[in-house]
Amino acid sequence: MKHARLVWKNLTRNKRRSTLTILSVGVALFLFAALQSVLTALDATSEVGSESRLITRNATGIVFPLPEAYTQRLRSVDGVEAVSWANWFGGTYIDSRNYFAQFAVDEGTFFSMYPEVQIDPAQLEAFNGEKSGAIVGQGLMERFGWSLGQTIVLQGTIFPGDWEFVIRGVYEPDNPSFGDENMYFHYDYLFENSGEAATPGWFIVRPSDPNLATEVAARIDGSFENSSDPTKTETEKAFQAGFVTMWGNVGFLVRAIGTAVFFAILLVAANTMMMSSRERVNEVAVLKTLGYRDGLLSRLVVAESLAISVVGGVIGLAAASVMLRNNEMLGSILPGYTVLPSTMLQGLAIAIVLGLISGLVPARQAARLSVVDALRRVA
Amino acid sequence: MKIPILYNLRSLRARPTATLTTALGMALVVAVFIGMMALSIGFQAALVETGSTENILVLRRGADSELSSGINRDVANAISALPFVAKDSDGEPLISPETFVVVGLERRNGGMANVVIRGVSPKAFDVRNGIRITKGRTFRPGSGEIIVGETLVKRIPNTEIGESLRFAGRDWEVVGHFAAGGSSFESEVWGENELFMPVFRGEVFQTIALRMEDPSAFEGVVETLEADPRLAVDAQLEREFYANQGTLLGDLLRFLAVFIAGVMAIGAVFGAVNTMYSAVDSRAPEIGVLLALGFKPRSVLASFVVESMLIALLGGLIGCLIALPINGLVTSTTNWNSFSEVAFAFRVTPPLLLAGIVFALVMGVIGGFLPARRAAKRPVVEALREVGS
Repeated sequence: MKHARLVWKNLTRNKRRSTLTILSVGVALFLFAALQSVLTALDATSEVGSESRLITRNATGIVFPLPEAYTQRLRSVDGVEAVSWANWFGGTYIDSRNYFAQFAVDEGTFFSMYPEVQIDPAQLEAFNGEKSGAIVGQGLMERFGWSLGQTIVLQGTIFPGDWEFVIRGVYEPDNPSFGDENMYFHYDYLFENSGEAATPGWFIVRPSDPNLATEVAARIDGSFENSSDPTKTETEKAFQAGFVTMWGNVGFLVRAIGTAVFFAILLVAANTMMMSSRERVNEVAVLKTLGYRDGLLSRLVVAESLAISVVGGVIGLAAASVMLRNNEMLGSILPGYTVLPSTMLQGLAIAIVLGLISGLVPARQAARLSVVDALRRVA
Repeated sequence: MKIPILYNLRSLRARPTATLTTALGMALVVAVFIGMMALSIGFQAALVETGSTENILVLRRGADSELSSGINRDVANAISALPFVAKDSDGEPLISPETFVVVGLERRNGGMANVVIRGVSPKAFDVRNGIRITKGRTFRPGSGEIIVGETLVKRIPNTEIGESLRFAGRDWEVVGHFAAGGSSFESEVWGENELFMPVFRGEVFQTIALRMEDPSAFEGVVETLEADPRLAVDAQLEREFYANQGTLLGDLLRFLAVFIAGVMAIGAVFGAVNTMYSAVDSRAPEIGVLLALGFKPRSVLASFVVESMLIALLGGLIGCLIALPINGLVTSTTNWNSFSEVAFAFRVTPPLLLAGIVFALVMGVIGGFLPARRAAKRPVVEALREVGS
């Protein structure tokens, strides 16, 4: 480390150049953190689904409902402890841009199956006591500036007409990836006001032993195999993961962009290092004459590029952490969007690799430099 | 007087590594920009081209997608008798009441895809936009035969002609493949509406597509349809309806393209600034000579900005070359409005390539300006003094 001063002097010799290079590395790592967090958030979304809950839906497709009579049949399947059901409402609040999810749920069974949805017991009671009651996520309350007790009107797209709901409860999810922008209301309200046309969209099944979830799922599907509506049952986690894949190959897109960003900034950083070392050819020659070893000289160059890229990386990652971690706007687009510590570590590793590679060519040049040739140029 | 551009070209050739690394950095930015935009353009085009400007799409009032709509047979009959519906040579109205469902089908590479099963009337091939049988034949009424969109054939097994595709609890014989100009129809399975109706959702159509006698009068048609209390429907120009389904995701992708490429560009511009400063510094004597010869500082400034733009132009061109091969590459995502998977091709269009080059040139100007100003402001004496050293 006795050469640290030399590296520092070299770094600060052309301050503008070092600063710009550091900043471009910083920008690249910021982008990396932002993109990688999209992937981790999507992963978290599929992770939020429980492995101890099963989702039973119509085998033909998710848009096909199931008969309500299946409730009793599901309850009688061996290994089933509890059954609940829900349906997608698909209402519009004033404008279709105000999108949020609404679920009609069976209040008696649903909330006990979803401990993720945390509601004040008094509010839950008020909700249960009101036919048109609704429970709304904290994020949704803030987004639309709603207050408890307020009546809101949704236009039904699947179930026609204007639907009035009274907000009786506000929930907070126990995990941000669960999302705090859902709305829950009484399935019976939907049933009665849709001309009794609504049926459950899917069933939620709790097996008595979570370890036997797959066996119970197979048993459920087997028992409905020859009925009018065969079912498809899988763990909620697999069900959620299926939704995430519907976006398409996001992972590939993010990796492709990430690779391009990495190489673009690698070129910038490598170019800087090459320009610096070209300007210092005669100094390197002098150092060599003074007895500095080739290996040490290459290490000095690599140390310099490493310093640039690690400092840049730290700045970029810190900026990402400050700006993107628990960012409310991004969180409402993609629930659970945040910069994870693992992402930061990956970013740091990338910065180190970037520093090593960008110093490689000039380091070799420095080591191979012929003293005589270089000193001739000094003259 | 202007400094000849040849001077810049030769200067760039004199330091190939710096020129190339800087240009390549910009090339990658341009490639990402073009790639993301091609994704957005491809997705939106697939939906825009699904709809025709000569057609009206009718949905149940309040329904926001084909999936959530429902129209009774008597309403469909009433609409087909309306005067503004175009007629074919036999005097039959060009109208296709359709059933629309989304079923889960196994993908070739594992996982499930949500696929649109559309039941159409025999007239659909005249009403809907650019449907063309590419292989086999169309389905016979009453036969349980289906035809499959071309992009679907590649993704879903059992869709070759002669094979049977199983959904809704029975087998359907594939008798043809069809193309639809790259529109989202190509991601669908088509069969006869009357046959699908009882299988799926009972005695109800989901949408009605009709060809207008006079497409220029579409506003009047929409008004007439929506004002009729017996019908209780919403009507839209077909093109608008499908285009709207792509706006949200298309806009998001475009925003991401600009954001990501913009942030990347900051890094690349810093690289260009470094390169140009280095060029200006190492050529101080040359600049001194130029100024001494009587070239105006303004010309020196312009010359260095031009040099930076040349690097950027090279980068832009390389970026276009990198991005070009993705043109036509098929990918898929979900149209959340209809809950179905849409396959579409990346579209690298000539205007997009041009935009990529302009993007590069802008990076070049920004990256070259400050170093060029420094070159221009250099006092002649000081610059020339360095010649002696």
